[in-house]
Amino acid sequence: MRGLRDYHAPVWSEPVIMEMGRPGRRGLLFPAVDPAVSGVIGEAESLIPPQLRRNVPPALPELTEPEVLHHYLRLSQQTLGMMGISLFGTCTMKYNSAINEMLAARPEVAALHPCQDPETLQGVLEIIHAFEAILCELSGMDHFVFQAGGGADAAYLHACLARAYHADRGELERRDEVITSIQAHPCNAATAAAAGFKVVTLMLEDNGYPSLDALKAAVSERTAYLIINNPDDMGIYNPEIKQWIDVVHDAGGLCFYDHANFNGVMTKLRARELGFDACMFMLHKTFGAPKGGGGPAVGAYGCSEALASFLPTPLVVKKEDMFDLDYDRPKSIGRIREFWGNIPVVVKAYAWARSMGAAGLSQASDISVLANNYMEKRLLAIRGITRSNPLIDKHRLEMTRYSMETLSRETGVGVLDVQNRMTDFGIDAIWLSHEPWLVPEPFTPEAGEMYSKEDIDYWIDVLAHICDEAYSDPHIVKSAPHNQAIHKLNNDPLDDPDRWAMTWRAYKRKMIAKAKMK
Amino acid sequence: MAHPYMANSTPDIRQEMLEAIGAKNIGQLFEQIPVNHRLSRPLQLPPALSSEVELERHIAGLLSKNESCDTALNFLGAGCWQHYVPAACLEIVSRREWLTSVCGSPMSDHGRNQAWFEFCSQLGELVGMELVGLPVYSWGCAAGHAIRLASRLNGRREVLVVKAIDPERLAVIRNYCETPEMANHIKVTLLDYVFADGRLDLDDLLSKISDNTAAVYFEIPSYLGIIDGDAAKIIAIAHSKGAEAIVGVDPISLGVLAGPGQYDADIVVGPMQSLGVPMNCGGGVGGFIASRDDARYAREYPTFLLSITDTIKPGERGFGLSLFHQTSYGLREKGKDWTGNSTYMWAIANAAYMALMGPQGFRDIGELILQQTHFAASLLGKIPGVRIVFPLHFFKEFVVNFDGAGKRVAEVNKMLRREGIFGGKDLSKEFPELGQSSLYCVTEIHTRQDLERLAAAIEGIVAA
Repeated sequence: MRGLRDYHAPVWSEPVIMEMGRPGRRGLLFPAVDPAVSGVIGEAESLIPPQLRRNVPPALPELTEPEVLHHYLRLSQQTLGMMGISLFGTCTMKYNSAINEMLAARPEVAALHPCQDPETLQGVLEIIHAFEAILCELSGMDHFVFQAGGGADAAYLHACLARAYHADRGELERRDEVITSIQAHPCNAATAAAAGFKVVTLMLEDNGYPSLDALKAAVSERTAYLIINNPDDMGIYNPEIKQWIDVVHDAGGLCFYDHANFNGVMTKLRARELGFDACMFMLHKTFGAPKGGGGPAVGAYGCSEALASFLPTPLVVKKEDMFDLDYDRPKSIGRIREFWGNIPVVVKAYAWARSMGAAGLSQASDISVLANNYMEKRLLAIRGITRSNPLIDKHRLEMTRYSMETLSRETGVGVLDVQNRMTDFGIDAIWLSHEPWLVPEPFTPEAGEMYSKEDIDYWIDVLAHICDEAYSDPHIVKSAPHNQAIHKLNNDPLDDPDRWAMTWRAYKRKMIAKAKMK
Repeated sequence: MAHPYMANSTPDIRQEMLEAIGAKNIGQLFEQIPVNHRLSRPLQLPPALSSEVELERHIAGLLSKNESCDTALNFLGAGCWQHYVPAACLEIVSRREWLTSVCGSPMSDHGRNQAWFEFCSQLGELVGMELVGLPVYSWGCAAGHAIRLASRLNGRREVLVVKAIDPERLAVIRNYCETPEMANHIKVTLLDYVFADGRLDLDDLLSKISDNTAAVYFEIPSYLGIIDGDAAKIIAIAHSKGAEAIVGVDPISLGVLAGPGQYDADIVVGPMQSLGVPMNCGGGVGGFIASRDDARYAREYPTFLLSITDTIKPGERGFGLSLFHQTSYGLREKGKDWTGNSTYMWAIANAAYMALMGPQGFRDIGELILQQTHFAASLLGKIPGVRIVFPLHFFKEFVVNFDGAGKRVAEVNKMLRREGIFGGKDLSKEFPELGQSSLYCVTEIHTRQDLERLAAAIEGIVAA
């Protein structure tokens, strides 16, 4: 084992910005109103109905530009993110290339208005059109739209589209159920419910996926659609998926492929060829655009020709040599979000896909699966760590779910402690599992194709070191982190109405109330 | 060939890892995928542009076919506005530490969490509310969630929505309210606006509000730019029937306009793009939800909520997720609607923008926009055949009608484009009752000369 890094996060003890500044300081000035304008128009205040004039200025901080800039740059430094090693399972951490950031920041993207005449938007429309063709080739779908602001939003788009599809056939009132698995992302169930469907959740068998019989028992004339990922978050591929789709189709339901875990099957199969009616790709994860800590993101939604008339508008279409926006689609579900999507993310994803090419995409998938299996070999050699579904002997795809149940039982150190301790060595917080935790004390690394073997080895070395610590000195793990921007959080106030504070003004009020109590 | 984005794309590393695994080849690792699930034919993708120089040239070449609002003189707004984006905001959001971050932990991503808290805190000051959620996808999505939240609070299933609303936003709201076939459908009933001045029609509100009304939703300024002085009356009427009052506001206006907390709104929603985010062809939008800090409301929020707290070290502060369990991540289909990735990076741009602006910045920009907008309207209103439809109280946007000139908006805009001007948004399809009308947007980026140039161009077009 190489020596572990002697890492420490920057500690700035930065005040909350609401506490900073002095009255009268300015961070941004605007031109004075032209005298010719004010001469004609008069005082601004006279233009506002008296009862809506702002009498008390907002209690914002008063700061200079460098104070604001430095404050936020310090805060950025206190964010580990991908500056460390982030093998964050289910999120497919990839390189977000510098050139793509620069391209998407150009005024020919940043300073476009979506209501401009399409004649003035030919470049961006061509990129969208060309990228749609790439995604269609990868998935076998006939159309893609980019309106959904994330993966969950694409699942929601599908729920809305399924409503329209079944309503168009006069069947919506009876088709009120959506089938998913307990191992599917929580948003798949949640978006179906938010669209008004009842959710039927299939449990897993020992082989890691629900049985075909369980599916058959759940499917009926009430089934609106099936929404499922494959492989799931344990790296297990359901080999019966084609039969599943047949069962759902025979009952008149639709099948949606949540391609959140695309890296494991990228360039190996096509959703449409398996029989799926629709699918979703996360451009902010799988296609090399940054995640931004939670967006702006894009859930690219693709579907077959049979569903195309229900897609949200507008669609990018090519007419002779010109690209245009088609808003005239009478059966469309309308919008799930204003405008046509997070276009800079689409530009970045297109650039990423072009940089990779077919061979690069295939290699990325290969390397991801290779690296995951390499990790498995080493991780299972660490005392206290086991693998989910230990009886499955086939190689997992791009990620594997493990358990620290043994470690926890033997040392009292759990995954949350280990997660905190790993950050002490510059490892970004590891991904555990979505709710519910089917595997006790779960964690789910995903190596992806960006990180080097050295990085992966370091990540494993850190984990091995911490597991040793758990047996020799559990306190150091349980009280972690020690080398981070701040110490372990006190979580008690977070769910207490008398103490939680989502804004500074709430915090001030509650602090004053608390002081009076004393 | 080794690819610059993939460290393990060299043959010897692949071999090393294969040997460690004990596999003969990589194909063996995909053994779970049955053969008859594989691609039916090889992929046909455009050739790879793996060298950055080729890639840059290709993309930049495509983008050069666009004509942006940087070169044209733009008056389009309608939910995506051309405001000045300070360079400091751009530098801050391009920092890789948070740009490429995913979840992290409250300790290891402390700085990012603090920036999010500062977004909520500063926005809370502008709107006059103590509870602000982390962002959602857009203003329309925020309004949709807020309406559903109101319906969960009072169990009612009808929402009254102002008719003078962005049709895009209304389409989003309609999806969020579910189609009539669904058991939890919320009926959307539109409220007329007064034809003379664009205000919400109080008589129509009084005739439509009932004990079934979950919420009344309206906007200040409205989609058509109107500052409706009856805001407090509308809210009082909503409250008299036990309905929630949801107000949509553009926060850029709140240096000069009262925050909705001041006139007793229950829930406030709005856009984020106006606070330091480029238009991005519509990809700059985001939305927020705010309310009183009342547990009844907090426990129905669909968004992540982030609270300030302390750490095990005395005197040290941190920021952690509140009420996580009620989200879709905690409760799946039993959670409050759903949440996921949305527009969190823009929350940081907003935080920096609000801090740069301060109270005086918001007042200055508000006054500048008010005066310039009214100046533009006065110039256009003087042109024979051109009419300002609602000439009294408006902010940033106003409706210009060309019926008197016998011109279609599409025609006017086409002619304007020849002069390098992007005219206002055509309302003639969406609001046929307004005839050939167009929504013009004027902000701090415009100069007096810009506005005079617009007026001269339109004068020429309608005279022709």
